[in-house]
Amino acid sequence: MTHAATQTGGKPLPRTPLYFAAMAALILAVGFLQSWNSALSILNMGLISAIMALGVNLQWGYAGLFNTGVMGFVALGGLAVVLTSMPPVPAAWAAGGGRVILALAVGVIAIVAAALAYPRLPKGRIRGLVIAAILIVGLWAFRTLFDPAVAAIEAVNPAVSGYLGGLGLPVILAWPVGALLAAGAAWLVAKTALGLRSDYLAIATLGIAEIIVAMMKNEDWLSRGVKNVNGLPRPVPYEINLQQAEWFLSLMHRIGMDPVTGSSVFVKLLYAGFFLAVIVIIVTAMELALKSPWGRMMRAIRDNEVAAEAMGKDVTGRHLQIFVLGAAIIGFAGAMMTTLDGQLTPTTYQPLRYTFLVWVMVIVGGSGNNWGAVLGGMLIWFLWVEVEPIGAWIVGLLTSGMEDGALKSGLIERVAYMRYLTMGIILLVVLRFSPRGLLPEK
Amino acid sequence: MDILNALVAFTNFVVVPATAYGAQLALGALGVTLIYGVLRFSNFAHGETMSFGAMVVVLVTGLFKSWGISLGVLPTALLALPFGILATALLLLATDKVVYKFYRKVKAAPVMLVIVSTGVMFVMNGLVRMVVGTDDRRFADGARFVINAREFKAWSGLEEGLAIKTTQVITVVVALITVAALFWFLNKTRTGKSMRAYSDNEDLALLSGINPERVVTITWILVGALATIAGALYGLDKSFKPFIFQQLLLPVFAAAIVGGIGNPLGAIAGGFVIAFSEVTLTYAFKKVVTYLGPDSWSPDGLVQLLSTDYKYAVSFAILIIVLIFKPTGLFKGQNI
Repeated sequence: MTHAATQTGGKPLPRTPLYFAAMAALILAVGFLQSWNSALSILNMGLISAIMALGVNLQWGYAGLFNTGVMGFVALGGLAVVLTSMPPVPAAWAAGGGRVILALAVGVIAIVAAALAYPRLPKGRIRGLVIAAILIVGLWAFRTLFDPAVAAIEAVNPAVSGYLGGLGLPVILAWPVGALLAAGAAWLVAKTALGLRSDYLAIATLGIAEIIVAMMKNEDWLSRGVKNVNGLPRPVPYEINLQQAEWFLSLMHRIGMDPVTGSSVFVKLLYAGFFLAVIVIIVTAMELALKSPWGRMMRAIRDNEVAAEAMGKDVTGRHLQIFVLGAAIIGFAGAMMTTLDGQLTPTTYQPLRYTFLVWVMVIVGGSGNNWGAVLGGMLIWFLWVEVEPIGAWIVGLLTSGMEDGALKSGLIERVAYMRYLTMGIILLVVLRFSPRGLLPEK
Repeated sequence: MDILNALVAFTNFVVVPATAYGAQLALGALGVTLIYGVLRFSNFAHGETMSFGAMVVVLVTGLFKSWGISLGVLPTALLALPFGILATALLLLATDKVVYKFYRKVKAAPVMLVIVSTGVMFVMNGLVRMVVGTDDRRFADGARFVINAREFKAWSGLEEGLAIKTTQVITVVVALITVAALFWFLNKTRTGKSMRAYSDNEDLALLSGINPERVVTITWILVGALATIAGALYGLDKSFKPFIFQQLLLPVFAAAIVGGIGNPLGAIAGGFVIAFSEVTLTYAFKKVVTYLGPDSWSPDGLVQLLSTDYKYAVSFAILIIVLIFKPTGLFKGQNI
């Protein structure tokens, strides 16, 4: 294996900068061959994917936790954008805002009461009955308060609002809020599912992700459900305003670019600047953490849980910590993505796209290596976007001699689904022939 | 008070659909459990395997229909089922040879195999989409109902109708035959016994001269059959939508784990536990309560515990409760 040789033979070859240069060349090629707008779109989503991959890498690469609930944490990040940055809807708050919050509080109190009562009651039938009674009364009180309040909120101008709205804060604040929401959900999952076998954690996280997305699709009072939230505020200027600004027009004139294309490139560049800053901060923090005693402890736990436990390390506690941290990073990226999209569309959250694709990124990039996760995120996103045009081009070439007919149109139609097949094959090939990924852990 | 009508309404909207759904889940969970018992990993590609099997059945059914072959009152899909099983078993055996065999040889950690199975999931998903696209397909034909609501009302003189679809009866009958055949195979035949031995204690099984590769081959063939039957029955009962099988993965896993993963009997019990809980908790009991309550009294709301969109939350909640209180499942897991 040449990989191993370059790693062990004294000074390693500068593989990392080489691969990143190649990645940059790929994006530049899109810029020259297709358009700068597509190139920058790929770059921006690639950077966001890279952050998601960093979150998964923290959980898997550092601690060996198999999280298949990435989609849920991404979706919570998206929800955070709505809750933080959209203006509140005063009519909806007046109609039932207070009552919904009261209902939720009642629900939480019932669950906490049941959880507190459980260990204090004597084992046996009485305990079962009391717990059941607490939960049933709690559910009844919750629904009695909740249902009319929700109906009142959703009746407030349903075509444009029908939900409570957000806090009307700057949208950048939504990113850490997304991290907090995801961390909270992750804490709940981890409390129940960590310490179980690794594939049970995988299935539990798969489930929580489905539930989070189902909640966002159904709780119209919170997120407008399948009616989507459009027109989210942006941290960057709008293209239309740029196209009317004096300084922008003169700038475009100077570099000889069409102001319409230029404005959209300019906006994307601003986003890219934001995202790059976030990546630099996260990677630096993670690299520092990896080199610290904490990082060594994490790797020791990952490599041999029993030995680490024998040395007095709190394995489950550390796992909980890292699971929550990883989820927070994913939530952060989810909020960034929804900000970039400018809308929250709960129906677009699919496990293949948001959970398993991120896994492909981590494995291909190199689990345990932060630079690998970044590279994997960008490369796999690039392929995810470009497989379709490349496939279409190849099929076009192959079928150019064919007569128009069912076969030709069928082939061209099927190219659209090639990305799933390609991602699967890439993952399987990497796992088989280079399981440590493009940039292996040092 | 009208207990009979309430009972009929409950049977019609809860018992009948949940029985059919439970049978489908049980077959899916049996596949998951067999793979876990013999190959010792949770196969995330199982939903897509069901999807692939169902797809072949849909395509062959279409072919038969175009040739004018049908089964009369029974759906043509039953004739197509063996072809679906054959194609799926071949696909699984090929996947094993190309993908999984290597990881068995190097004795990779189970979690590695789970990740590998997500790669297989992508490939199968892409394959199905490339062959049939993503459209919704109905392929049930033959008689629609065994008991139809109007006839039932006329016969019984009750207000409430009871409808049982042909596909629901077929689901239960086919599932019964399949499960009986599977248990006969596992308990009575020499090959089945060697499979159980291998699952119970690999080292002892190897010592007594059981060929592990043969056991694995048989397992994949059985899994192919179970997955195809489960997928085809689900598709017959509802409709064939490629992406729905991705969502079925969670209830199927929940059924396998709730029953005790690796235990076939548990998988069946788990399937019905999950199905009945899902349907009961998401059913609007307004009708039943109205019949049971005093005359001229009816509840304001739907008396529905959870909206139907949360049915996956039910399987998840049961899964978590079982994992917390009885991590080995209702039946003891880990062996077949």
